[in-house]
Amino acid sequence: MTQSLLHQILDHANRANPYPIYEQLRKTPVHHEDGGPYVISTYYEIRSLLHDPRISSDARNLASTARDPLAEPAREESALPPGFLRLDPPEHDRLRRMTNRPFGPPHSPHRVDGMRGELHDIVSGLIDGIGDPGRIDLVEQFSYPFPVTVICRLLGVPREDEARFHTWADTLAASLDPDPDADPTERGKGAHDARMQLGMYLAGLIEERRRNPGEDMLSQLATAKGEDGAMTTMELLSTAALLLIAGHETTVNLITNGMLTLLRHPDVLQRLREDPRLAVPIVEELLRFEPPVQLVPQRTTLADIEVRGVTIPKGASLWLVLASGNRDPQRFEDPDRFDPDRRDIQHLGLGSGIHSCFGAPLARLETQFALSELARRLENPRLLEDPPPYRQNAVLRGPRHLYVSCDGIRP
Amino acid sequence: MLGDGSLERLKREGRIVVVGASLAGLRAAETLRAEGFVGSLTMIGDEPHEPYDRPPLSKQVLLGRAAADRTALPRLRSVDATWRLGVPATGLDMAARRVRLADGDDVPYDRLLIATGVRARPWPREAEAELDGVFVLRTADDSAALARRLDAGPKRVLVIGAGFTGSEIASACRERGFPVTVAERGAAPLVGALGGVVGAVAAEMQREHGVDLRCGVMVTALEGDASGRVRAALLSDGSTVETDVVIVSLGATRNTGWLAGSGLGAGPRGIACDAGCRAFDIRGIVTDDIYAAGDVARCPHPLFGYQFLSLEHWGNAVTQARIAAHNMISESTDRIPHMEVPAFWSSQFGVNIKSVGVPSLGTEILISQGSLKDHRFLGVYGYQGRVIGAVAFDHARWLPFYQELIETTAPFPPSFPTVDRRSDGQRPIDADFPDPSVPTHGPTVTLGGYSPADRRMTFTPAH
Repeated sequence: MTQSLLHQILDHANRANPYPIYEQLRKTPVHHEDGGPYVISTYYEIRSLLHDPRISSDARNLASTARDPLAEPAREESALPPGFLRLDPPEHDRLRRMTNRPFGPPHSPHRVDGMRGELHDIVSGLIDGIGDPGRIDLVEQFSYPFPVTVICRLLGVPREDEARFHTWADTLAASLDPDPDADPTERGKGAHDARMQLGMYLAGLIEERRRNPGEDMLSQLATAKGEDGAMTTMELLSTAALLLIAGHETTVNLITNGMLTLLRHPDVLQRLREDPRLAVPIVEELLRFEPPVQLVPQRTTLADIEVRGVTIPKGASLWLVLASGNRDPQRFEDPDRFDPDRRDIQHLGLGSGIHSCFGAPLARLETQFALSELARRLENPRLLEDPPPYRQNAVLRGPRHLYVSCDGIRP
Repeated sequence: MLGDGSLERLKREGRIVVVGASLAGLRAAETLRAEGFVGSLTMIGDEPHEPYDRPPLSKQVLLGRAAADRTALPRLRSVDATWRLGVPATGLDMAARRVRLADGDDVPYDRLLIATGVRARPWPREAEAELDGVFVLRTADDSAALARRLDAGPKRVLVIGAGFTGSEIASACRERGFPVTVAERGAAPLVGALGGVVGAVAAEMQREHGVDLRCGVMVTALEGDASGRVRAALLSDGSTVETDVVIVSLGATRNTGWLAGSGLGAGPRGIACDAGCRAFDIRGIVTDDIYAAGDVARCPHPLFGYQFLSLEHWGNAVTQARIAAHNMISESTDRIPHMEVPAFWSSQFGVNIKSVGVPSLGTEILISQGSLKDHRFLGVYGYQGRVIGAVAFDHARWLPFYQELIETTAPFPPSFPTVDRRSDGQRPIDADFPDPSVPTHGPTVTLGGYSPADRRMTFTPAH
């Protein structure tokens, strides 16, 4: 008997190239297997559902009968209330608005742009420290430490604490990537402990910033007194945890997928080496071609709704397969071709609607810096293993390691 | 033009004239070139400037964040045109296919596109309108002059009319800390476009930001001092507002005066066209060589009962320009209709306002998300049991969904639950638009006479 499409999506054996399964999936734009989620895989349907106010992100609206293989284990939410990613308006709007105040326009238009110098220094430092050019693990040595360092600076985590912070972030990120061979109880306990320690650390930092505020985001969030009032300590903690997890696990994969794709397209890599401005369209096309968030499994219906002739019942679990919509031939010409010269790249890689990626401006800038500097400095880089080993995770998809060798590292 | 090669000839060596060198004119010219027109192209504009963008003129420019002469529109491609800027068109000879210009020249055409837009409705009493300190805001020059005066630090700004432009001006002036009075004849700001329910929110926003908002009053006279500077405004309720800057924001009138007597179906409400932007003549017969696009055009819209809609929206100007340009060099079977759902946006008092559809056709409104009280909400307008428009205050990301409801003539009120539906949004209420039978600023036209031979149209100007 052939495996159901749902199982094929989750099957690690298909992680390196899930796109043929998505192509199968798009033949039934609303795919439903008995008792499972409703899987939406075509561009226009996904886009329209992302703007549909009958769709909720709040897990409390899921019918108790909705079974979902990707539903988060209860322990993940046990320590903290859900971040705004898992809330509906008006709570979502209030928390996102308050978080945006110190992060982006209109109140802080220069926050992300002002980090350019710092991003450049972090990238340079990491490349300087690579060591043996004969065997580089780009994930461990570059695309992993980069975003964590950035989020530390953004939140205002003191440098001397960055190492501890990295360890907790590692453990938590690993818990999002269930390894079938690891002991689940052991791993669950590790994640729980890391979460507790991180939570206590952040709570201490917030206390300290309330007394002694600086220019960092955490200080501004902790002392905000705008029209929306102040965040409670619990809200602050879940927001900070959300920024940390959502902010770096995705960027790691975007950068790694980016280098992998460029190494598979040496002509584009060469063009980027000659013209770093090409990083802008390359990152946009990457977000379409190899998005780090492959699917959004956290939506449910507030009413019976009809999509392409199928009635999805109230309380059903929805999966919106962004990575499949991004390769929908109804929307993009020759969708399986990586082409940074595309004139129209309105991809779903960062979502759309009210939950569209909060950190998008930062993620874009980080990846543009990372890819153009790697292209410039790595001499004659090549893949040592293709495809590389992938993480287990079907939602946040990316290589666990990316082994690369090069002839040398340019200054 | 039935495959006899004449269309190919037109594209190769024809003469196309575009009257109106702004957003619609420029985008049309670009489309003509993109679609293979290599003949001669003449762009005629009454202003001396190259095509520029207007939305910043009532926002960033007044805030001092952008210069009025630096809003030139980006060129999407080379248009290789002969530019006749600073020369208004003064007449049209449809039989001879020529456009007359103010400098005495006339320009022959094979196809004509009229994109002359609208101009600010001036203060009706000429002597008062000429007082120093009295402004309108439509053009880059208007905006530059007003910005200069604001930089000098006015004692008080009086805005007459609280439509979108008037409200945006009031918002910018308050943001700069100037005392502002707004006088509006209707019951609330934005009431004509969005109705009284939403207008009440706009009124609250203005007052919370310190605007001295007076509704239900008219300015009856402007007074100057001995040196000809405006000094005060007299209001219909007997009060006086002492002010040194007055901005007249009474809407716009269509630039069709130069077409008087031409035989084209052009009047105070614009140029009537078919859905493919071909202009009608006064007999109601569609022309084949004259097109209209942008604020000056009035097209029937299939989604709104084929009503002739004229829209002063940025997006409408772009779409109509592209459609008109495409159609003027296409076989009749290849022509495309204008079917865009109208949409516009405004930014005032820190709130992003966006709408889709035609809210002003609606009779009822349902607050489907958020709440009026918070000034953050989504309102759906209903007309005869269907969804006809929607407006978002700081809720724009949801609008594509509501646009789809309008496009698919979904029933009103929508029967489904949504995220963030509050108790005050459970059922529709009267949208509270002004009674259309009560005259507004607009001029009216009446017919007189008894026999067809002496039937005459009488034009009654506003005020």
